[in-house]
Amino acid sequence: MNSILESFSKAISLILHLDAELLGIIVLSLKVSGTALVVAALFGLPLSVLLGFRKFPFKGVVISMLNTFMGLPPVVVGLFVYLLLSRSGPLGFLALLYTPSAMIIAQSILAFPIVTSLSHSAIVAVDPIIKQASMTLGATPFQVSLAVVREAGYGIMSAIIAAFGRVMAEVGAILIVGGNIAGFTRVMTTTIALETDKGNFELALALGIILLGISLFVNFALHFVQQRGAVQARS
Amino acid sequence: MSLLLSVSDLWKAYHGTPVLQGASFSFEGNGIYALMGDNGTGKSTLLRICALLERYDRGEVHYRAQGQLLPHDRELRRRITLVLPRIGVFNTTVFNNVAYGLRIRGQERGAIGDRVHRAIDFVGLGQKSKQAALTLSSGETQRLGIARALVIDPQILFLDEPAAFVDVRNREIIEEIIVRLKEEKKATVILATHDRRQAERLADRLLILSEGRLTAP
Repeated sequence: MNSILESFSKAISLILHLDAELLGIIVLSLKVSGTALVVAALFGLPLSVLLGFRKFPFKGVVISMLNTFMGLPPVVVGLFVYLLLSRSGPLGFLALLYTPSAMIIAQSILAFPIVTSLSHSAIVAVDPIIKQASMTLGATPFQVSLAVVREAGYGIMSAIIAAFGRVMAEVGAILIVGGNIAGFTRVMTTTIALETDKGNFELALALGIILLGISLFVNFALHFVQQRGAVQARS
Repeated sequence: MSLLLSVSDLWKAYHGTPVLQGASFSFEGNGIYALMGDNGTGKSTLLRICALLERYDRGEVHYRAQGQLLPHDRELRRRITLVLPRIGVFNTTVFNNVAYGLRIRGQERGAIGDRVHRAIDFVGLGQKSKQAALTLSSGETQRLGIARALVIDPQILFLDEPAAFVDVRNREIIEEIIVRLKEEKKATVILATHDRRQAERLADRLLILSEGRLTAP
């Protein structure tokens, strides 16, 4: 019991003194997950708009696949990206394995279905009267789509926040493709796993507290966004 | 340049159920036309077809200006507008709702402000321009719909049951606005209503839609 309390107090001290190693790990985590989120949103949002407005063959299959992939096991994604980027793999020539870029690719794959599927749901949930109102005022089809997407704004933000929460807490995929190299690919979740194995609980606990704090912040943000969306829906 | 609308032998059916069965009429000159009929007789369908928002099965919808037949293109669509019974409020301020029609026409920001404020004042919402539009009462929302339409200076304004879901006070305000639209803006207003008294109070010309055809009373 004493050793737990001692570790906890050292962890708090590490956080309060903002240890350089700790800071480097946090910054890299945010950089990798943030970039992955931007990449996922760049591909996912246009696809969600396409799914929301266009009819095309196998659209239902695409939506079902996206919904299924929302629950993709991170280790499977890690394995898939590893095979792609390994020296004998089709993208081996890029030499990206065990780099932050590989971690970004893996996390983008994890975030993509969440951003796309939840954004699509938000878009199709917009009252069809918005589309008609926009048309009556002389909007072009593109302007009509923009008006609908704007109305789905809170839902789309929720999708992005949910995806961020998922990738920040993820460990399996980035451990496989990043390799947990100190000062290069070591992020919060992989450090916690490693330091716990080594019995170095102070750093693991410090990172755990920060990760929990970020998760809490993300969930508060999500709750706030959803509440605002709910208030508007009631109005 | 005034815009003339004529519909001839218009037919429309939904899933085999006929709604319009050879409706014909020429809307010529400014003024208020009231299109009467019980609920479900096809008034909204006729307005949506005239506003070029819905296809029809057979017949013709012609718009003319200075004797020239106009193509049903975006330019024409932007000279007419329809206010729906549920207007579809955008989740933003009253000002931004009204500015929408000008913004999508690429109007410069500087030119928008005055026109929007004039339209908002016209419908009596001047004190509420910064208010979230979703918080307006149903009567105010309906007036917002009219402001959103009139800011773009439509040559023909279609109003579909504009006072159907509002209280007596707001109905009176809306009717006053419609009369002022004719007198001050010289607009052609085509109003669909099931309320005969309202039609008689407002209209220069009454039309009845019955069994899919338009007739004078």
